[in-house]
Amino acid sequence: MPRQRPIRTEAIVLRQRPLGDADRICVLFSPTRGRLEAVAKGVRRPLSKLSGHVQPLTCGRFGLAQGRSLHVITEAVTVESWPSLHDDVDRLTEALAMAELVDRSTDLDAASGPLYQLLRHSLGELAGTASPRAARWWFTLRFLDQQGYRPELDACVRCRAEVKPEGNGYSAADGGVVCPTCQGAGVGLRLSSPAFRLLRYMRRSSCDATAQVRVDADTSAELDRHLRLSMEQALDGQLRSGGFLKSLERAEAIGRSAASAAAEREREEQDRAVV
Amino acid sequence: MQRSPATAPTIARLIEAFHRLPGIGPKSAQRLAYHVLRAPRAEAEALAEALLEVKDSTRLCGGCQNITDADPCAICLDPQRSASSICVVEEPLDVAAIERSGVYRGQYHVLHGAISPMDGIGPEDLKVRELLARLGDASVDEVILAMNPNLEGEATAGYLSRVIGAMGVRITRIAHGLPVGADVEYADERTLRAAMTHRVEVEQRDGGG
Repeated sequence: MPRQRPIRTEAIVLRQRPLGDADRICVLFSPTRGRLEAVAKGVRRPLSKLSGHVQPLTCGRFGLAQGRSLHVITEAVTVESWPSLHDDVDRLTEALAMAELVDRSTDLDAASGPLYQLLRHSLGELAGTASPRAARWWFTLRFLDQQGYRPELDACVRCRAEVKPEGNGYSAADGGVVCPTCQGAGVGLRLSSPAFRLLRYMRRSSCDATAQVRVDADTSAELDRHLRLSMEQALDGQLRSGGFLKSLERAEAIGRSAASAAAEREREEQDRAVV
Repeated sequence: MQRSPATAPTIARLIEAFHRLPGIGPKSAQRLAYHVLRAPRAEAEALAEALLEVKDSTRLCGGCQNITDADPCAICLDPQRSASSICVVEEPLDVAAIERSGVYRGQYHVLHGAISPMDGIGPEDLKVRELLARLGDASVDEVILAMNPNLEGEATAGYLSRVIGAMGVRITRIAHGLPVGADVEYADERTLRAAMTHRVEVEQRDGGG
């Protein structure tokens, strides 16, 4: 049997899962080979030289030996590791959402150069931006474009009438904006004027420019909802990492309520002691 | 696993049972099964009893959530240990590892896992609610986050920092950097960055002149 040539490629590590006692299976995303699954041997041991280079959300140059079912990582050098993505839980959550989108929408061994460039660029922007959420919106809009689900923002997706910023709706199932007349007939969800303007602005602007826009909480929640529904339409399923995003949003409230419940209990105990 | 007609069904069942254990491949499972078969009856009985006993008599400690056969566990009951700090770990084995180091004399809290957003494992799947209840009731000054320095550990530490931060308790995280015996030249950028950021002062010996 002819010996297969080793693969050398740049790639971003999308995720890992444990294998046996000391190994991990890494899901890599390469511009020339698409999604690759490769075993990183011994990376759960403290002295592993590979371990730091194969962490999720790391871009590196990899050497892979082709195995029967899985490749084996023989060498790895970090190209970019975006430390701030790992140091800040908000950035980390948004980065994971991007990685999951790519992981679930790409095939094994299928070249996807433009999507790779988009992911690498977006992770870099996310690492430096003041608005992690805006970076994810910006990425999602371009991801949908590349996957053939480009949301229509200029004309009503139902009647093709040209749309103005006010009174519109958004229908992820139909693929974009619906005019006030069609929205009045019950098509899509309400799309506020600020959300509509921001969607259009994001499409023609850089990630950095998008992050500069001040967005109120209502518009932010609205954009989250519309883009999530479009994403789910493209993936034909829900993003698992979306659940953590919601948990994180509730985290401070949970902490505050636990603290006030404890303070209340303490007051009651003090009152009982006095009586 | 495919059964061979050359293997008696009872042995095949034992091989399959061993094969289901983590890290045990088909060959190791076979070796273990035949070892049990050849061993004296008393040894096989001791193994079977130990397996049943571990299932029957262990439970989670009501305080730290570690696996124990007495509730509260020995660590939670030890009056010599400080009650003002809680070290939060992912798994029971992490408690054993930190105890081996002998450097920590406070309390623990075992989460029984880590948040893994891409696998859909969230805080509600871990012993987070129990931790918050302990922090509310006890006079804890410090929570030490001893999660693994990987993506799941970072997500877990980030989430807990946010929740516990809102309760006004001091939060620290164990340092990470180069492991003992490692080579600087092979270290990745993030590890080196962490090692440099968390570097410590070298104690100067008094010259005595």
